[in-house]
Amino acid sequence: MQRIGVFVCWCGSNIAGPVDVERVAEAMKSVPGVVHSTTYQYMCSEVGQSRIMEAIKEHQLTGVVVCSCSPRMHENTFRKTAQRAGLNPYMVEIANIREQCSWIHKDKEVGTQKAIVLAKAAVAKVMLNTPLQAGTSPVIKRALVIGGGIAGIQTALDIADAGYEVDIVEKSPTIGGRMAQLDKTFPTLDCSACILTPKMVDAAQNEKIDIISYAQVEKVSGFVGNFTVTIRKKARFVDELKCTGCGACMEKCPSKKGKNEFNMGLNNRTAIYIPFAQAIPNVAVIDPEQCLKLKTGKCGLCERVCSAGAINYKQEDEVFERQYGAIVAATGFKPIDLDAFDEYGYSQSKDVVTSLEFERIMNAAGPTGGQLVRPSDGKHPHEIVFIQCVGSRDTSGCGKPYCSKICCMYTAKHAMLVRDKYPDVNVHVFYIDVRTPGKNFDEFYRRAVEQYGVDYIKGMVGKVFPEGDKLIVQGSDLINGKQLALQADMVVLAAAIEPDPSARKLATMLTASMDTNDFFTEAHPKLRPVESPTAGVFLSGVCQGPKDIPETVAQAGAAASKVIGLLAKDHLVTNPCVAQSNELLCNGCSQCERVCPYGAISYVEKEIRGPGVREVRRVAQVNPAVCQGCGACTVTCPSGAMDLQGFSNLQIMAEVDAICK
Amino acid sequence: MLHENERDLRETILRISAVDVRKCMKCGKCSGSCPAYEQMEYHPHQFVAMVDNGDIQALLDSDASFKCLTCYACTERCPRDVRPARLVEAVRLLKIRKQGQNHLKPDAIPAKLEAELPQQAIVAALRKYSK
Repeated sequence: MQRIGVFVCWCGSNIAGPVDVERVAEAMKSVPGVVHSTTYQYMCSEVGQSRIMEAIKEHQLTGVVVCSCSPRMHENTFRKTAQRAGLNPYMVEIANIREQCSWIHKDKEVGTQKAIVLAKAAVAKVMLNTPLQAGTSPVIKRALVIGGGIAGIQTALDIADAGYEVDIVEKSPTIGGRMAQLDKTFPTLDCSACILTPKMVDAAQNEKIDIISYAQVEKVSGFVGNFTVTIRKKARFVDELKCTGCGACMEKCPSKKGKNEFNMGLNNRTAIYIPFAQAIPNVAVIDPEQCLKLKTGKCGLCERVCSAGAINYKQEDEVFERQYGAIVAATGFKPIDLDAFDEYGYSQSKDVVTSLEFERIMNAAGPTGGQLVRPSDGKHPHEIVFIQCVGSRDTSGCGKPYCSKICCMYTAKHAMLVRDKYPDVNVHVFYIDVRTPGKNFDEFYRRAVEQYGVDYIKGMVGKVFPEGDKLIVQGSDLINGKQLALQADMVVLAAAIEPDPSARKLATMLTASMDTNDFFTEAHPKLRPVESPTAGVFLSGVCQGPKDIPETVAQAGAAASKVIGLLAKDHLVTNPCVAQSNELLCNGCSQCERVCPYGAISYVEKEIRGPGVREVRRVAQVNPAVCQGCGACTVTCPSGAMDLQGFSNLQIMAEVDAICK
Repeated sequence: MLHENERDLRETILRISAVDVRKCMKCGKCSGSCPAYEQMEYHPHQFVAMVDNGDIQALLDSDASFKCLTCYACTERCPRDVRPARLVEAVRLLKIRKQGQNHLKPDAIPAKLEAELPQQAIVAALRKYSK
C-alpha cells in the first residue's frame, strides 16, 4: 500500500493569494492513500525541503506530491530532496497550481477547487509510479560548429581554448562570413577586416580546430553527447593541400563574367577564384557553372599555369561521417530580397543600393577601390538619401515583423563616414524611430547629427523613381508637416535581415525548433538563451535573433562555455522516462519506428514466450540511450504495446479519472 | 475622455472602414506616397491619427476626403496594413450618406462621358460621389 505525502506551497502570495492553500491541504487528507498533508510558505526553500525530508522519514512515505509551480521550475529540486531522504527521485509528482491555476484565476473559490482537483490527479498518478533508475551514456569529446562567420569562429576558438577538438563546417569557400564584408564597425569605427582576420588566422592555425570549408551538413543522427553527422564537402576542383593561393590561375582565367558574391554582385570575378585576399583557407575554387573546361571540355588554362599542380577537374564531392558530443548552430543571416519593395526603385536604378552593397562600395578592397562613386556612371555623388526600416517592422506581409536591430547604427555609421571623407556630399536619412540601445550608441548617432551635419528626417519614403540621371525621393517630413521630393544621386536602403535560408533545413536535421521567422528558438528566452530546446544543440549569433558584432561575440562565448561544460563530463545521466515496448502486445507494424524523431526504435526477430504463445515474431525494441521520452510512439502504437516509463497510459488515465470524478 | 458624440462618430468610422488605427506606427509612409498631398488639407497619416483621437468633425468639415484620388498608394505601401484610404472613404461616405448629398447620379453619367475618359475613372467617381 502506498503512503503518500502532499505538500502545498504558498509561493508567498503567488499561490496563497487566489488559492486557499489550507483548504487544499485539508481536502487532500481525506484522499485514499494520503497519510500526510501540509502547507508551507516556500516549499523550495531550505526549510521547506527539510520539512519534506522529515515527513518522508516520520510517516514512511512511499510517494510525494508537491503542489507548487511548474515542474519546469522545481521538479528537479524536489526529486533531489526525496533522494536525500532515501526515496527514489521518480516517486515525486508535481501538481502545477501556480502557472496552471493561481496565475490564471482571480476567483478564490474557483482557484481553490481547481487546485484540489489538480492535487488529486497528481496523487492518482504517483500511486502508480514505479522507482526508476537513470542510466548513463558516454560523451564524445569533440564539437561541431555549423557556420564560419564571427559567431562560429569565436565559438570554435573558445571551445578549442579549453582543450577540446572542434570542427567548423562552412558552406562557402572561405570562413569570415558577413563581418568580412563590412568596411568599418560601429560605434568605434574599427576596420572590420583588421579585427576579424587575426581571428580567422587563429582559427586556421589552432591545431584543435579543423575548418571544413565549402561543405554542408547532410544528416544528423544520435543524441546529446553522441551525434553522428554526415558532411558533404563540395568539389573545389582544386587540391587544398597543394594550392598555394598565388593567384596565377585567376589572372589567366578567360571566363570573367561570374558575379562576385563577396562584393554583393557589384563586379565580376573569374571562374576560378579566391573570394578575397585574406580568405581562409587561401585556396582557389572553380565555379562549375562558369568554368569553360568543366562545361565544354575546352580550356584548361589554369591547369597549365598552376606551378603547384593543384588543379583537378575530376575532383568529386566528398561525403564523410564524424562523431560529435555537441553541435552549435551559427548559420547567420542575409539581407532580404527587395522584390516586394519596388516603390524604392531598387530594380529600376543601379544607383539604388542596399546597405551591404554600400558597405562594399566604401571598402578599399571593394569594387570601386573604396572610391564613393555611383554604380551607374562612376560619377561622384553629391546628394545621398538613406532609407531605414526597408522591410523591417512590416506586418503587411511584404517584409519582416521584427526590428532588424543593426540598421539604425550602421546607417549612422555610413552617413558619418560619407560626411567625414566627402564633406561636399549632403546626406539625408529618413527614419521612423532611431533605436540606439547600446554602449556609446546614442552618442555615436548624435555625433553624426551634431558634428557631421547629417540631415535626419522623421518620416518614411513613399517612392523613389529615376528622372534623368537623378533619383527623385518622395517622402514625408512629419516634424515639419511637409511632403518632400529630394533630388538624389544615390539611395541606400537599410534592408531587413533574415536568417540564412540554410537554417530551416538544418533545424529539421537537428530537431531544433524555430519561430515563425525562422530564427532558432532558445530553451528559455531569459535563462537559457544559448541552448536550443534539443539537448546538445547550442545557438550562436544571428541565427537566434538579430544582433550586432559585440552581442554575437558575447553569445558565441556563452555557447562555447555551455559546450565546454558538456564535453567536460565523461558520462551523461540519461532520462529514465523513456519508451518501452511490451513484446507480447507488439504486432510488428513498424509505425513507431517511422514516427520516432530520434531513430531510437529498431525491430528484431525474437522468440516470444507467453501464456499459450511460443513463436518467433518481429517486435519493436527501444534504445534507451537514444530515446528522449517524447511519447510519439506511444500515441502511434495501434496495439498499446508502447508505453512511456513514468508517463504510462495507465497513469495518464488515472489522472483523467481523478479529474473527472 | 471623448465627448459622447465624438465617440459615436469614431465608432461609426471604424465600423464602416474596418480599420484598426492602433496598428499605425506613425512612420508617415502613407503621406510620403500620396500624390494628392498638396491638395489635401489633412494628409493620410493625419486621417489615421485624427480618427484615433476622435477628431472626426474636423475631417467631416474639410474637403480633404474629396481631394483624395482614391489611388490606394497609401494602403498598398503601408508596412502595418492600416489602409488609410479606407478611412478617407469612410469619412466621405459619412458625408454623402446624409439625405440629399449624392453628387453623382447614374443618369447623369452618359452626358459626362468623353472618349479619353478611362472606365476606371467612372467607377472611382461613383464610389466617391454617390452612396
